[in-house]
Amino acid sequence: MEKPIQEERKAFLTGNEVVAWAALVAGAEFMYGYPITPQNEIMHYWTRLAPRYKRGFLQTEDELSAGFTTIGGVMGGKKAFTATAGPGNTLMQEPLSMAEMMRLPVVVVVQQRGGPSTATVIYSQQEVTLTTMGGNGEGLRIVYSTSSHQELFDYTIKAFNTAWRYRFPTFVLGDGYQAKMREPLTLYDPEARGVAMVGTEPFVGKEGVPGIERPPAQHRNTFSLEEELYEKVKTDAGDYEKIAPSVAEYSSKYTEDADLVILSHGVVFRAVAEAVGSLREHGFKVGFFRPVTLRPMPVGPAREMAQKAKKILIAESALGQLARLFKEAAFGAQAEIHTLFKPGMGITAEEVEEKARELLQ
Amino acid sequence: MEAVRTEMPAPAMPRSWRVDTKPHKFCPGCGHGLVLKCLGQAIDELNIQGRVVFGCDIGCSLLSWDFFNIDTIQTHHGRTTPVMVGLKRARPELVTIAYMGDGGGYAIGAQHLVNAASRGENITVVLANNTQYAMTGGQMAPTTLPGQKTETTPYGREPETTGYPFMGPEMVAAITREGAYVARGSVANLRQLKSYIKKALENQIAGRGFSFVEALSGCPTNWRTNAAETWDFIEEEMPNYFKVGEIKASAAAKKGEEDG
Amino acid sequence: MGKTVKIVLAGEGGQGVQSVAQIIAEAADEEGKQVLYIPNFGVEQRGGVSVAYVQIGDGPIGSPKFEKGDIVVALSDRAVQRTGRYVGPKTAFLYDSSIPVEKGDLPGDAGEILPIPAIDTAKKELHPRVFNILILGAVLGATGVVPVDRARLAIEKKLGYKFEKDPKLRDLNFRAMDRGMELVKKMAGQRNGDTPSLFANNKQII
Repeated sequence: MEKPIQEERKAFLTGNEVVAWAALVAGAEFMYGYPITPQNEIMHYWTRLAPRYKRGFLQTEDELSAGFTTIGGVMGGKKAFTATAGPGNTLMQEPLSMAEMMRLPVVVVVQQRGGPSTATVIYSQQEVTLTTMGGNGEGLRIVYSTSSHQELFDYTIKAFNTAWRYRFPTFVLGDGYQAKMREPLTLYDPEARGVAMVGTEPFVGKEGVPGIERPPAQHRNTFSLEEELYEKVKTDAGDYEKIAPSVAEYSSKYTEDADLVILSHGVVFRAVAEAVGSLREHGFKVGFFRPVTLRPMPVGPAREMAQKAKKILIAESALGQLARLFKEAAFGAQAEIHTLFKPGMGITAEEVEEKARELLQ
Repeated sequence: MEAVRTEMPAPAMPRSWRVDTKPHKFCPGCGHGLVLKCLGQAIDELNIQGRVVFGCDIGCSLLSWDFFNIDTIQTHHGRTTPVMVGLKRARPELVTIAYMGDGGGYAIGAQHLVNAASRGENITVVLANNTQYAMTGGQMAPTTLPGQKTETTPYGREPETTGYPFMGPEMVAAITREGAYVARGSVANLRQLKSYIKKALENQIAGRGFSFVEALSGCPTNWRTNAAETWDFIEEEMPNYFKVGEIKASAAAKKGEEDG
Repeated sequence: MGKTVKIVLAGEGGQGVQSVAQIIAEAADEEGKQVLYIPNFGVEQRGGVSVAYVQIGDGPIGSPKFEKGDIVVALSDRAVQRTGRYVGPKTAFLYDSSIPVEKGDLPGDAGEILPIPAIDTAKKELHPRVFNILILGAVLGATGVVPVDRARLAIEKKLGYKFEKDPKLRDLNFRAMDRGMELVKKMAGQRNGDTPSLFANNKQII
């Protein structure tokens, strides 16, 4: 396969364009998608780039179909992905619950928009609960929440590897801001940087005549007995638990001596990092903690931080969706928890700083 | 697995059936076994066991998830069509079969059927029509006949409030282009049903487009009918609404029939 | 340039504010700055006020949108209404002087209010089509976020294909940019008779 990016290069792109490039260099072979703002340009860029590198695209009739066709592609042994947002993400949870049950390495990029319902096409962090725990199951999926275009590129590539290595559906959780904004980043070929891409394998349509040369490959998501299902879920949950510590990622700074630690994820982390930098300059003992994976949460480090911190401020563009994940992870810790929740609204560094100063008075 | 080529005399089962999962899980008198027999024979005759992928829906069709010695995906209710579309797009060399009931195809998965047909997806859909939702206990389906009693039409289906039976193949024929293959067979005529299914598969193999076969089927369990009543319903009642025959067949497919 | 410069550009669809934002952002990126540009977007494809947010700095850029701009440019009456909230005591507020605004419509607490006759100047001296490039010049004149040469290259990159067909356009665009810079400096000079510090020694407003 011809490499789309031969040599590293600087680029100044929108987030949606970044995703298309990342999927391309990660070796994604097929995208299935349905239009919904603010992820449309992922399809737009993909459909422009894909034919040059012999990759496929199918525009489906809805997100159910986008998810299920992606499943078909993946089960055929192809690196396939889809992208969605908001109400589309709601529909996408049906196929994704099948992917969860059948351990299918489906990759989904979500560019969060306002909710509930149609709401805005602009931005939010209100798809955290849906993306981490959606479907009628146990949330056995991996969710990366990015905060910059470089991360969007890096983690979209990584999502394919994580999905195919561990066989859990994997999400890249962006948002409308990240989708539409432009900022500089470096594009590269992962293998040129020593990042080996995990190979694929067909689930069906394997070599040889089934029943004669090999047993048939038969995959189901339905079980007759409680016991069968229990065993299945327990096994999968056990696998998930085992990989969780090595999959979980986070970043933190200045938490050791902090009177206040500010917790955030995704694009809000940018505001928090700026606010923390400014507060430190003014002599305030403030730190930040930012989970990169929202599922699995970096439970150990989150708990440790929560045990040391006096106060924690949780900032998110939702009404406590990150907070719920965090409180579960940090259960039992003594830190006072404060919140800056702005569902469907951007959060600026100034606001975070003001709120932090209030708490530090 | 070694039992595939059975040494038993007069093998009643198609070669592509998986013997170790027989007897199958369908109720006595169920039409699914007959439809799947025709499908198995067609696969055998075309000698494509090594490159077919079979997808089955939710509803009683899901019980066929280990029915064949064929790679199989059991999907969600109504979603077998997109799964097989996605697979076929990614692996055009495979022959993909989406198997479903009338609820899966005409109600919850209707948008997938319509759009896959209209895009001319090169897959084969086989749909068993037994006029109601069987697995969930016999509720009204889009295909329930006027006056027919079901759990949700206990006094009989009233077309004034619930509409008339859904004419699946006629709809598919109307929205597909030349090259599509559309037929309605019946478990009352297995030779004919098999020939339709075979042509639907040939049509896919030839890359001519969407292929669709509805099979009139029976459900004595939910119909609460004895054998005679069951056959009477399939042979006499159902064809009043659902005309058996080829509804759309390209010249090439017709030629195949003459040759065959 | 120490701190991040925050720019808001707003106008009617078709006035080219997004192009201006993109040229500034790309020029700054080429200059090796940290840049973040985000257009506003809503459900409607057309017909709303178009707003562009650009941030340029040396360090990492925070959130994509911000509370108060260092410079806010409004090119229509609706844009004046829409952008008031981004104007604070440290903001230079530029608007086209042909917009019929009542005194009360203008942001009361702006650090600077600079009416620029951009539409008129473009129409009379240049060509109405280069109105947005004139605005680009005004923004550069007011902020100095990117050197003029770099901005020229960015214009060349964006419009080069048009210049090839009609080389006169190149000169027209570059003149528009220069004119925009002059206008803003002149206006700021008039306004700041008492506070020459802002423009003393040819420094920019911010």
